[in-house]
Amino acid sequence: MAIFITKDSKVIVQGMTGAEGTKHTKRMLASGTNIVGGVNPRKAGEKVDFDGNVLPVFGSVAEAMSATGADVTVIFVPPAFAKAAVIEAIDAGIGLAVVITEGIPVHDTAAFWAHAVATGNKTRVIGPNCPGLISPGQSNAGIIPANISGAGKIGLVSKSGTLTYQMMFELRDFGFSTAIGIGGDPIIGTTHIDALAAFEADPETAAIVMIGEIGGDAEERAAAYIKENVTKPVVGYVAGFTAPEGKTMGHAGAIVSGSAGTAQAKKEALEAAGVKVGKTPSETAGLMREIMKTIG
Amino acid sequence: MDLYEYQAKDLFAAHDVPVLPGDVATTPAEAKAIAERFGQTVVVKAQVKTGGRGKAGGVKLAETPDETEVKAEAILGLDIKGHIVHRVLVTPASDIAEEYYFSFLLDRANRTFLAMASVEGGMDIEEVAATKPEALAKVPVDAITGVDRAKADEIVAAAKFPAEVADQVADVIVKLWETFVSEDATLVEVNPLVRDPEGKIVALDGKVTLDENASFRHPGHEALVDKQAEDPLEAKAKAKGLNYVKLDGQVGIIGNGAGLVMSTLDVVAYAGEKHKGVKPANFLDIGGGASAEVMANGLDIILHDPDVRSVFVNVFGGITACDAVANGIVAALGILGDEAKKPLVVRLDGNNVEEGRRILAEANHPLVTVVDTMDNAADKAAELAAAGV
Repeated sequence: MAIFITKDSKVIVQGMTGAEGTKHTKRMLASGTNIVGGVNPRKAGEKVDFDGNVLPVFGSVAEAMSATGADVTVIFVPPAFAKAAVIEAIDAGIGLAVVITEGIPVHDTAAFWAHAVATGNKTRVIGPNCPGLISPGQSNAGIIPANISGAGKIGLVSKSGTLTYQMMFELRDFGFSTAIGIGGDPIIGTTHIDALAAFEADPETAAIVMIGEIGGDAEERAAAYIKENVTKPVVGYVAGFTAPEGKTMGHAGAIVSGSAGTAQAKKEALEAAGVKVGKTPSETAGLMREIMKTIG
Repeated sequence: MDLYEYQAKDLFAAHDVPVLPGDVATTPAEAKAIAERFGQTVVVKAQVKTGGRGKAGGVKLAETPDETEVKAEAILGLDIKGHIVHRVLVTPASDIAEEYYFSFLLDRANRTFLAMASVEGGMDIEEVAATKPEALAKVPVDAITGVDRAKADEIVAAAKFPAEVADQVADVIVKLWETFVSEDATLVEVNPLVRDPEGKIVALDGKVTLDENASFRHPGHEALVDKQAEDPLEAKAKAKGLNYVKLDGQVGIIGNGAGLVMSTLDVVAYAGEKHKGVKPANFLDIGGGASAEVMANGLDIILHDPDVRSVFVNVFGGITACDAVANGIVAALGILGDEAKKPLVVRLDGNNVEEGRRILAEANHPLVTVVDTMDNAADKAAELAAAGV
C-alpha cells in the first residue's frame, strides 16, 4: 500500500507533448509508472514514442479515461491554460489530478478549487506548483526523482520539492511508502492535513515526516489535527526561521506578514502537539532515524 | 506586488470606485503647483508601501500653496519604517462624517476569498480585530459566483452599515470586487472608506496587492513597478529571471528550490552564531532544473554584492544532475575571471554527485571548497565570511 498512487494507478499526462511534459513523461515511464496516454486536443489521434513506449494522445481527459481506464492525471500545461485543464479533469471525474504547473494566478486556482468543491470533491487535486508524489517502486506522478530512495515505511509530506528530495536522501536507508510535495502556493488542493489523514490510515506507513515553511497557518492547523487524530509518530521541520517579514521567499505562499506565519510559531504549535521538530533537515532526519530504529 | 496609494486609487477610478482627485509630486515645487490648481486646502500624503504613515508624520494638511510646499518639503525624504518617501500625493482635503473599513482578500485557510467590513474604520484594523472582533464582519466569497448586488447587500448587513449609506456602500463593494477580480488582485483594502458631510461615500485611501503570476494577462501592470525603489541587485536578478531577495548578511547563498534555499538561510544563520554572528546575504533560488548558464547568472549577481564575504552554493541534484551544476560553477568562474574574488563553498548531493564532485576536484579552482554535508558546508561558509569581516 501507499497513499493516493499505487502500482495499480493508470496515469495520463495533460500537456504530454510540451517540453516539460515530454521530459517528465519519459522520467515517469523509466521509474515504472503505468502511463496510459496523454491529452492534447490539437494532437488527438497521434501517437508519441517514448524510447519504445508508444503512447496515444487523446482529445480530452474524458476520452482518455474511457479508452484507458485512467484514474490519475498529471498536469504540465502552461499557467494561462492550467485552470481550464484542471476543470476539464474534474468534470471528467478523474480520481486524482496532480498539478505540477508553476505560476498559476491565484484567482485561477481559487476558481478550480471552488469548482472541485462545488462538484462534490470527486477529484483529489494535488498542487499546483508542486513536484507531485511518488510511491517508490510502484508509481511516480510528477517530477520527484525516482532514484533518491526506494520503498519503505516512512510517509513524507512537504510544501517544498527540493526539501522533499533532501529528506528522502537523508532517510534513503529506511525508504518511503509515499512522498508527496503539496506545493508552495497560497491555495493548494491537498493540504498537510489531507496527507496526514491518508498516512494515518495507510497500514504500510509506520511514521510520518512533515515539512512546512513560513507563511499562512497550514502547519498550525496540521498540528491541531495531529494532536486529535494521528497516532503514528510524526517528526517535523519548518524552513524559514531567519526569513524577514514582508519578503516573499520564492514560493508565492512563503511570506511572513505581521506576526502570522513565522517558523517559530509553527514549530511551537507542532511541539505542543507532541511532534518532535528538527532545527535543520539533518537533525530532523536524525529524529526520524531514532523512531524508525525503535519501531523497526 | 504592492501598489502605492495613488496607483491603487487610479485602479479604483478606472473601475468607477469613487475617489477624490489628486496628483503626485516628487518635489515641493510640484506639490505647490498642484495645490494652486486645486485652489483649496489640501492633504499632502507620503507614498510608501507600509502602514502607519500618519503617526510617522507622513500625512499633513496644508491650507495654502506655500504651506503645501513646506509640508511636502518636510515629508519628501522621510524614512517611514525603512521606506524613504520619494513621492507625495496632493489631494483636496475633505470633511469626514464617518469612517468605515472595507477589504477583499485571499483567505488561505478556507481556500477562497473573504470580504472584511467594519463601521469602525480609520484606525488599525488589526487592532479592531483583536480588541473588538464583533465590530469586524468577515464574509466568505465564492470564487466562482463572486460578489453581485445581493452578495454586497449581505456584506453590508453583516457589517451593520447605517441604512442611509447601505445602497451606496453596496454599489462601491460591487465595484471593488470588479477591481479585485479584473486586476487579479490578492488584496484590495480601503481604510478609511468615508461618508462625507453631504452623505457621499468615498474611498479616501487604497491598498492593492497584485498577483505577479497573473502579469501575463495584464501587460499594463508592468508600468506600476517602481523601478527606482527596487534594490539594484534585485532588479538585475529579476531581469535574468532569477528569484533573488537581498538580505543584510555576509554569506551569499545560491540553492535550487525555494524550500531548500530557505532552509539553507537558516542553517547558515545557526552556523553564523559560532562565527562572529555572520548571516545570509541573500535568498537566491536558481530553480529545480538549473543550467550552467543560470548558475553563472546567479554567481554573477552574488559576487557583485559588496556585502558578500563568502558564497555557499547548496544544490540537491534532482532533475538537474550534479555534474551539470559542477560544470555550471566552473564555467561561471571562467566567465567571471578576475571579477570572482570571494571564496565559494559548494555542497552537492543527489543525482550524479560523484561526477559533480570529480569535476570540481579536477578544476581545482583556488576559490572553491567542496564540503560533503549541508551543515558542514554552512559552517565553512560562515567561517570564511567571518574571516573576511
